[in-house]
Amino acid sequence: MLENVWVIPAIPFATFWGILFFGKRLPHKGAELGIGALSLCFALSLVTGAAWIDRVDNPPVSDHTTEQATEHATGGSEIDGTEHAQVAGGDSGTGIGVLGAAAIEEAEEHIAVDAVVQQWTWWQNGGIEFTVGTMVDGLTAMMLLVVTVVSLLVHIYSTDYVGGDRRYTHFFAFLSLFSASMLMLVMAENTLQMIVGWELVGLCSFVLIGHWWEEKPNSDAALKAFLTNRVGDIGMLIGVITLFFAANQTWSIVEINSMANAGQISHTALLVASLCLTAAVMSKSGQFFLHTWLPDAMAGPTPVSALIHAATMVVAGVFMVARLYGVFWDGFSIGTSNINVLAVVGGFTTIVGGVLAFVQADIKKVLAYSTISQLGYMVMALGVGAWTAGLFHLFTHAFFKACLFLGSGSVSHAVHSFDMVKDMGGMRKWMPHTFRTFMIGSIALAGIPPLAGFWSKDEILAGASQLGGGGDGYPVVLVMGFITAGLTAAYMTRCVYLTFFGEYRGHTPVEKLHESGPRITLPLWILAGLAIVAGLANLPGDSIVPDGWALRFEHFVEPTGAYFPAISHPHFSGLTALVSIAVAGLGVAIGYAFYFRQLGPHGLTQRSTVAKAGYTFLENRYYLDHLYTGVIAGGTKGPIARAAYWTNQNIIDGIVNGVGISARRIGLWVYDKIDQGIVDGTVNGLGLGAGAGGEVLRETQTGRVQQYASVLFGSTLVLALVIALVIV
Amino acid sequence: MLLNQFLVLSAVLFCTGVYGVIARRNGVLVLMSVELILNAVNINFVAFAYWHGDVSGQVFALFVITVAAAEVGIGLAIVLLIYRNRSSIDLGQMEQLRG
Amino acid sequence: MVAQNIAFGVIAAAMVVAAFRVVTTKNVVRAALYLVVVLAGVGAQFILLASEFVAVVQVLVYIGAIVVLFLFGIMLTRAPIGKTVNLDNDLRRSGLLVSLMLVGGLVYVLWDAFEDTELPEDGTLFRTSEVGDSIFSTYLVPFEIISVLLLAALIGAIVVARRD
Repeated sequence: MLENVWVIPAIPFATFWGILFFGKRLPHKGAELGIGALSLCFALSLVTGAAWIDRVDNPPVSDHTTEQATEHATGGSEIDGTEHAQVAGGDSGTGIGVLGAAAIEEAEEHIAVDAVVQQWTWWQNGGIEFTVGTMVDGLTAMMLLVVTVVSLLVHIYSTDYVGGDRRYTHFFAFLSLFSASMLMLVMAENTLQMIVGWELVGLCSFVLIGHWWEEKPNSDAALKAFLTNRVGDIGMLIGVITLFFAANQTWSIVEINSMANAGQISHTALLVASLCLTAAVMSKSGQFFLHTWLPDAMAGPTPVSALIHAATMVVAGVFMVARLYGVFWDGFSIGTSNINVLAVVGGFTTIVGGVLAFVQADIKKVLAYSTISQLGYMVMALGVGAWTAGLFHLFTHAFFKACLFLGSGSVSHAVHSFDMVKDMGGMRKWMPHTFRTFMIGSIALAGIPPLAGFWSKDEILAGASQLGGGGDGYPVVLVMGFITAGLTAAYMTRCVYLTFFGEYRGHTPVEKLHESGPRITLPLWILAGLAIVAGLANLPGDSIVPDGWALRFEHFVEPTGAYFPAISHPHFSGLTALVSIAVAGLGVAIGYAFYFRQLGPHGLTQRSTVAKAGYTFLENRYYLDHLYTGVIAGGTKGPIARAAYWTNQNIIDGIVNGVGISARRIGLWVYDKIDQGIVDGTVNGLGLGAGAGGEVLRETQTGRVQQYASVLFGSTLVLALVIALVIV
Repeated sequence: MLLNQFLVLSAVLFCTGVYGVIARRNGVLVLMSVELILNAVNINFVAFAYWHGDVSGQVFALFVITVAAAEVGIGLAIVLLIYRNRSSIDLGQMEQLRG
Repeated sequence: MVAQNIAFGVIAAAMVVAAFRVVTTKNVVRAALYLVVVLAGVGAQFILLASEFVAVVQVLVYIGAIVVLFLFGIMLTRAPIGKTVNLDNDLRRSGLLVSLMLVGGLVYVLWDAFEDTELPEDGTLFRTSEVGDSIFSTYLVPFEIISVLLLAALIGAIVVARRD
C-alpha cells in the first residue's frame, strides 16, 4: 500500500469528474459518489496507516541501520553475530537477555526509517528533471487519516445541510476535488507537486466559499480569500525556487531536507527560503497579518467551513512547515535561538485571534477567530522546535474544531441564522445532541484535561518553555501561549452561553425549533468522541504512563530519516500543565461570572470612552481590512494607477509620438530642402542652365547675314594670325 | 616697284570691301562691296603672276572675273526677288532666320 | 621706274579713296559710280603689271557689264535717287573693327613675309597668246567648268528673276 498510495487522491479526483458529468442523473444527485469515494479513501488510509506502523516497528534491513544496530548491540552485550539482523528487526525477543533488550531499544531508537518515495519523471530539460510522485511517512499517514475522516463526515453532514440547494451536485463535485487536492498535497514528493496541491486547494476554497455567489458578499469573500492567499503564494514560489537552486537543483523534499540537515546548503539561503515560505504559511494558515480572509470565508456553507477552514486546508501551511522542517530548523536556527520569526508570528497570531473572538456576534466568526488562534499555536509550536506537539495539536484540533463548526451549522439549521446575540439563546432545551457535542468540543478547545486539547496544547507550552537555545525556552512566546489559553476558555464560555443558555431571543417560533436529523448529529457525535480520545494518542512519556502507551503519535509520526533534523523533545512538565489548567480554569470562571451570573462591568463600552475605543478597534478588526482595501489597494488603484497612466500617456506615448513627429519633420525637411532643393534643384538647374545658355547663344542667331559675315571675317582673321604667328 | 605695294593695296581694298559687306544696308551695295573684295584678290593674283613670271595667276584672275560676273547676275536676281516679295532690300530687316 | 611708281601711287590713291567712298556714301548711284573708278583703277594696275589681256577683260566685263547690271539693279529696286538717311546698319562699329584688324593683320603679315621684295624690272611680258595657250592646255578643265557655271548662272538668273 505504501508504494501505491497515489490511489488515494486518484479516487476522489475521478469522482470529481464523475459527479460533474453524471451527478445530476444519479438518484442522490452525486452525493453517493462522493460518500462512496471518501469511504474507500478512508479505508485505504487506515490500510496505509497500518502499513506504516508496521514499517516503523519492522523496518526494512539496510546497511546503515545494521551498522548502527551492531555498534550499540555489541556495546551493550555479547550477542551472537547471526542475531544482528533480528536485532535490527525490532521486537524480537528470542534468547536475548536484559542487556540485549536495552540494546534492542537503543537500536530501535537509532533506526532511521526512511519515507517510502515513488517518483516518475514527466519532463526533462537542461539537466533538470521534473518528477511527480508520492512520499509516505508518518506525517503523510496521519494527514491522510485526518483528511479522509473529516471529509467523509462532512460529506455525510452535507447531504442534510445542503440538501435541496441550487447547486447541490456542484458542491459535492468540488468537495471531492478538494479532498483529492488535499490528499495529493500531503503525499507530495517534491516541492513543485506541493505547490500544485497548494494552489488546487486554494482554488477549491475559492469555489466553495463562493458557493452562493449570487449574493455579492459571498463572491467578495471568495475573491478576498483567493487574493490574500495569492500574496502568500508569491513567497511560496520564491522560497521553493530558492531552495531549488540552493539545494543543487533538486525539487525532491527528501533531498532538500537531507542536504539542509547535513549542512550542505548555506545558512543564508535557508534563511531566505524560510522567510519566503513563512509568508506562504501566513496567508494559507491565517497568521497575522494575512489572516483577514479567514473570517470572511465563513460566508461559505458551514460544511465547507468545517472541512476547509478548520480542519484541513488552513493546516496546509502548518503541514508545509512540518514537511520542510529541515529547512526551517536550520534557517531560523530553531534549536539554538530563544526567539525567531516563526514563533513570534505564531504567538502573536494566537493572541490576535483570541482577542477578536470576544467581539463577534456571529457564531461562525467566533470559531473562525478561534481557528486563527489555534493555528497560531501550531505555527508557534513549530517555531519553538516542538514538532510533534504542533502536529499533534493539528490532529486534535481538526476533530474538535470540525465538531464545533458542524454544531454551529446544526444550530443555524434550527434558527436560520448565525447571529448568537440576536437569534439564539437557551438552545440546549431544543437541541440536546448539538448542545452536548458542542460542549465537548468547547471543553476540548479550552484545554481542560483529559480531553484532547489539553494534551496537545500542554505539549506546545512545554516545548515553548524548555526548548531553544540553552534549554531556556522561548519566554515571550510562552507568555503569549498562556494568555491565549485563558482567552480561549473565556470566549468559548461566552459563545456557549450566548448560544445555549439564557433566554431565547430568536425570531423563529419556538414550536419550530427542533434537533437536527441523524445525518447531522451522527457526525457530531463521532467527532466529539474523537475529541475525547484523540489525546490519548500522544500521552506524555517520562514514566507517567506505561512505556508501551506513551508517545505513540510521536513514535509513528515523527520522521527519523536523514531528512529530518535532530530535534529535541520536551519532557512532560507538571508545572506547565498545572499553570495551563489554572489559566484555562480562570478563563472559564471569568466567563461564567460575566455571562452566567451577569457579574462584572456590563455596559462598560457604552460608559467608558477608552473601553469604547478599544471595542471599536477590535470591531474593525484592527483596521487591517481598511489598510488592505483602502490604503494599499486603493492607493494602487488611485494615485499609483493614475501616475502610471500619466507616465504612459505623456512620457512614453510622448516619446513615441515625439519620435514619430520628429521623424516626420525630418522627412519633410529632407524632402523640402534636399530632395526638392538640392537634387531637383541640380537637375532643374542643369536644364535651366542649358536653356539659359541656349538663350544666350541664341542671341548670335540674329538672322542677319551681315552679322554672320562679320563674325566669319573676324574669326578667319584670328585663325590666320594664329597660324601665321604661332604655328608657322 | 615693290611687290608689297600691290599686296598692301590689295589688302586695303579687301578690307574696305569687308567693311562694306558688313556695314551696308542696301543689298545692292553689299554686292558692290563683294566686287571690291574680288577685285582686290585679282590684283593679288596678277601681282604674283608678274613676280613669278608665271601666267597661271593671270589665268586665275580671268576665272575670278568670270565667276564674279556670274555671281553678280545671280545675286542681283535674288535681290530683285527679295524686292518683289518684301518691297524692300534693307538687309537689316531680313531677320526671318532669327533663332 | 619712277614713272611707274608715280603712276601706281596716283592710281592707288584714287582707288582707295573711291573704295572708301563706295562703302560710305549715302547715295546709292554714286556708290556705283565710285565703284567704276575703283574698277578702272584695278585695270590700270593690271597694265602696270604687264597683263594687258586681263586689264582689257576687266574693263570690258566689269565696267561694261557688271556695273551696268548694278545700275539696273538699283533702278529695279527703286533705290532712292539722291541721299538716303540711313544706309548703314548698326553693325558699323563691329564691321569697322573687324576690317581694321583685318587690314592691320594682313599688312603686318605681308610686310613680314615679303618685306622689300622688288618686282622684276624687265619682267616677262606675257602675250595674250600665252594666256590663251595656258587656258586651253593646262587649265582646260577649269575653263570648261567655268563655261558650264556661266550657263548655269545665266539660266539660274532668268529662272530666279522671272515673273510668274
